[in-house]
Amino acid sequence: MKTATLNTDATALSENGIEFPSKVMLDLHNLKKVYPTPKGDYVVLEDLNLQILKEEFVTIIGHSGCGKTTMLSMIAGLNPISGGNIAVLGNPVKGPGPDRGVIFQAPSLMPWMTALENVMLGVNQVFPHASKKERKDIAKYYLHKVGLDGSFDKKAIALSQGMQQRVGIARAFAIKPKVLLLDEPFGMLDSLTRGELQDILIEIWNKEKITAVMITHDVDEAIFLADRVVMMTSGPRAKIGDILNIDFERPRTRKSVLEHDDYYKYRKHLIDFLEH
Amino acid sequence: MKQSITLNKITQLMGFGFLKPITALFTGKPQKEDVVNFLKKIVVPILSILLFLGVWQGGSTALFNKEANYKIEKALADQGQAAADEMRACIASGEISCQPNTLPSPSQVWASFKTLLEDHKIISADKLAFKEKTAAMNEKRIAAGKEPITYTGRPSFVDQIFTSLKTVFAGFLLALLIAVPIGVVIGLSTTLRSSFNWLIQIFKPVSPVVWLLLVFMIVKTLTKDSNSDSAFIISFISVGLCSMWATLVNTAMGVSSVDKDYINVAKVLKLGPMQKVFKVILPSSLPLIFTGLRITLSVAWMVLIAIELLAQSPGLGSFVWEEFQNGAIDSNSKIIVAMFVIGIIGFLLDRIMLTIQNMVSFNKNEGV
Repeated sequence: MKTATLNTDATALSENGIEFPSKVMLDLHNLKKVYPTPKGDYVVLEDLNLQILKEEFVTIIGHSGCGKTTMLSMIAGLNPISGGNIAVLGNPVKGPGPDRGVIFQAPSLMPWMTALENVMLGVNQVFPHASKKERKDIAKYYLHKVGLDGSFDKKAIALSQGMQQRVGIARAFAIKPKVLLLDEPFGMLDSLTRGELQDILIEIWNKEKITAVMITHDVDEAIFLADRVVMMTSGPRAKIGDILNIDFERPRTRKSVLEHDDYYKYRKHLIDFLEH
Repeated sequence: MKQSITLNKITQLMGFGFLKPITALFTGKPQKEDVVNFLKKIVVPILSILLFLGVWQGGSTALFNKEANYKIEKALADQGQAAADEMRACIASGEISCQPNTLPSPSQVWASFKTLLEDHKIISADKLAFKEKTAAMNEKRIAAGKEPITYTGRPSFVDQIFTSLKTVFAGFLLALLIAVPIGVVIGLSTTLRSSFNWLIQIFKPVSPVVWLLLVFMIVKTLTKDSNSDSAFIISFISVGLCSMWATLVNTAMGVSSVDKDYINVAKVLKLGPMQKVFKVILPSSLPLIFTGLRITLSVAWMVLIAIELLAQSPGLGSFVWEEFQNGAIDSNSKIIVAMFVIGIIGFLLDRIMLTIQNMVSFNKNEGV
């Protein structure tokens, strides 16, 4: 496994007060997740090792129920770790926090708030010392970036699913996280809307270069967005099965990706993995 | 056209969506479907009201005849043919002293309603006159440090309604102030929820009468050396205690069943506990809290009558009881008037709650 060579004792380095020199942003080391059941422990993940570099976009693909979402929610700190460890810039993850922004599968907006208030909820939390106007400007900037200029004051419940997920994207970027975690954010959308949102996502990401980890079921989405596609084996005891580097230049356009000679090679690689 | 849109919005918000056909018929050019809607939603209900009145009229006539025949036969058996004929003539003439005492007909109830309103006018005029008469004297009394003289005459039916409303609002407010905070606290913690569950489950089904007696035991002692209106205190506290359970249970349920996604968002954003409660948990449980409050208000209004009756506190309940004890010729129809007034006020209170609920919470309810 090619990632194994990157494995350094990151935690120890940072704890000794030495500036962490590695380019690794997110380090999953021997990660394990066990759910106790009446019939004994059910091991979802075991010996899962993965390093994700700064400014890298990684997509994770695998069969339903293999533990992708479990892994992501463990990185987010929403799900306790059973064994091994997760570190962000060398600091072990102890719980959820705004350094790891999450875009959930369902938009998860507060339906009683307007689009702006939903984004402000996070911004207020992360920039408590900024003036009210500055915070509002940040929120408005990101809502503008996702193409919601006219909808600042619309109640979230009045927005379409696609628009709600745009607010979700704005909310996640507006808190300027170190890592962005995306749990199949476009899974519930129709394919046209999905394409639009992929373009919006990648456009903002090109500008902000926030390390991103995204779960998807869609092979084309995985290739279009990612620097590396991580394939997970089927559970139980899921781990990293294979990693595919996508060497397309950035910024990419959908057209250039689809016309690239390597595209179908990558696609075949992923589909072969998923079918075995 | 703009006017009709706002009109529709208001009726929608109040759960009076069924009035839409009327506003549609009068505020714009009526379409064919508006007419059909009008027939379906307005004409049919009116027909059902007429049917109801017909059944009532028929039923009360049958009961009246039965009671009359019984009276005549009794006179025949006790005093012979002449007395029976006299009784028959007396009943037919509408003489008050020999009318059969039974279910009043709609027209009698309507007449009593008008009588009650007349009575209210007379009493309020009387009150006003009394006030004017005593104004100068009261000023002197206040200046001398004495209690002013107040009107102590019989309250009118309308006064009774307002007394009842005052009691029910005081009780409702008490229920709200007790049940919502406790519900939120219990909803937030599973430990508290399981440790207080027995208390809720046991006290929820307790009858209003028992609550009244319990409150009576406590308030009687507490107000021993004060001259406060203990009948009012007892009845509003009992109303509050009887009716608060729906709000308590609904609030606890609403708070404990907040969508996990919202909680996750709050966790990721690291909202503080206060912010979590006020920005996420409370708004998202508002619909359930309001459902509870609506049940609470309707229960409060329902038990109020029984409680007023027992606590001897003035209001519609004691009005009904006094009329029943009174046994005058129009007592029965006055009781039926009170019944309708109670029903209509209960319905209006529910609509008011629904309107407030629709204004403050994010999902809109049609009136049911």
